[in-house]
Amino acid sequence: MKSRSIAVVGAAETTRMGIVPELSNLGLNLDAALNAMEDAGLAPSDIDGVATAGEHPWTIAASLGITPKWADGTNVGGCSYMLHVRHAAAAIAAGYCSTVLITHGESGRSQIGPARYAANPASLFGQFEAPYGLGVPVTQVTLPAMRYLKETATTEEDMAVLAVIQREWAAKNPRAHVRAPITVDQVLGSPMIAYPFRKLLCCLVTDGGGALILTSAERAKDFPARPVYIMGTGEGIEHPIVSMMADFTTSRAFRLSGEAAFASAGITQADVDHLMLYDPFAHVPFYALEDLGFCKRGEAKYFYRERRTAPGGALPVNTNGGGLSYQHSGMYGMFALQESVRQMRGVAAAQIAGAKISVCHGIGSMFSAAGTIIFTNEA
Amino acid sequence: MRSALPRPTPETQNFWDGCRASELRLQRCCACHQVYFPPRPFCPNCTSRDLEIFAASGRATLYSYIINHRPLPDMGTEPHSIAVVTLEEGPRMMTNIIGCPQTPEALQLDMQLQVVFEPQNDAITLPLFKPTEG
Repeated sequence: MKSRSIAVVGAAETTRMGIVPELSNLGLNLDAALNAMEDAGLAPSDIDGVATAGEHPWTIAASLGITPKWADGTNVGGCSYMLHVRHAAAAIAAGYCSTVLITHGESGRSQIGPARYAANPASLFGQFEAPYGLGVPVTQVTLPAMRYLKETATTEEDMAVLAVIQREWAAKNPRAHVRAPITVDQVLGSPMIAYPFRKLLCCLVTDGGGALILTSAERAKDFPARPVYIMGTGEGIEHPIVSMMADFTTSRAFRLSGEAAFASAGITQADVDHLMLYDPFAHVPFYALEDLGFCKRGEAKYFYRERRTAPGGALPVNTNGGGLSYQHSGMYGMFALQESVRQMRGVAAAQIAGAKISVCHGIGSMFSAAGTIIFTNEA
Repeated sequence: MRSALPRPTPETQNFWDGCRASELRLQRCCACHQVYFPPRPFCPNCTSRDLEIFAASGRATLYSYIINHRPLPDMGTEPHSIAVVTLEEGPRMMTNIIGCPQTPEALQLDMQLQVVFEPQNDAITLPLFKPTEG
């Protein structure tokens, strides 16, 4: 796929987010899809490709009356939507379809009709991790952190600073689930969940969703919103269970995904105006900054200590408030993509003036996968 | 008693049989000499199917961990460690550190550990680790 040959022409989140007991898991997907089609001025008959994770593509297509010529049900956790964007761009470029709808919806908080997850006791996780008391993600994706903190001389306070700065961004976003300012002391005094992770170092659990519509750049100028071009993409896969992660201080999936994205975009880290780094827990953006090449190993903490990622800083990161303060339904990647698209359209609540390039990076499952999309608003 | 117990498959049965016999069994590739875990009938490094099974020393060091303050119902009510250890032979595995306070002060990265086997039922014994004495 040629850089900037595919564009996002429709983007929207669910009508309501946070606590949405009136919609099911599927219903949230469909609400987001309807909003994205309205944003693009398209009807279901205009869509010929569907991608989703959590639900199946056939459910989304049949529910909306779409007849897809192409579908992608890739589910590699919360970064699935980054992979969907990448795969959809390739499919459109290959001529398999012309207009792709990507949906996310998750009743993470209210648990209305979610796809049930039951650990298989014969799986690698079931045999070699679950017996030791591992369950929800806070007992899994957090496990590398102690090694990272020790090897890089990063501290719990550094993670707390990250949470504080992201709350500053959330305060600027009316749709953020939590917006009240917090202090480092409050973060470090919040209840312990899984040492060293306290409650305010963990993502929210909310209901919501979002959807994107992609088509070719030639057609993109005919849509109501300012086109947002796909400049570069990457994806990476490492392990099925976190205990098999080769090095707990760096993610191979992140590195592979970032290298592919920057190479295909033809840019360097210095060209980036805006950055979204999926933050299920406060340590993950530190890995992302280093593994995507914004700094050397162990230097990510300085981006936060020196407030470079904060409002007014040189590299704004997670300008919606992130998974820690904006929304986190379970597979947050779609919300990061939505914020990148808003920033490139120039309509974000905490808009970065003059931003031309936005990098959006997601983690999948327990550092198992990664996806990176580089957007630009320049054709 | 823990409820989330493993269901061995043909590829892993030997490992679980070893635990029941108080042996921490690993696999070594006869072609490239890679030692690996979890068990599988071929080498993840070179794909050779020529492998040998041997009993590991049971010595390990603490690679990383959390202390879960919200234990699952079958793990009791007190905060407990969930740890990844590096075996003396190289591979890493998930486990719990027992036999010491479940605190950051007692759980120091790189501390020396020794395997202990904790039977769960007639079929399943879990390998856990405790600090090396002395």
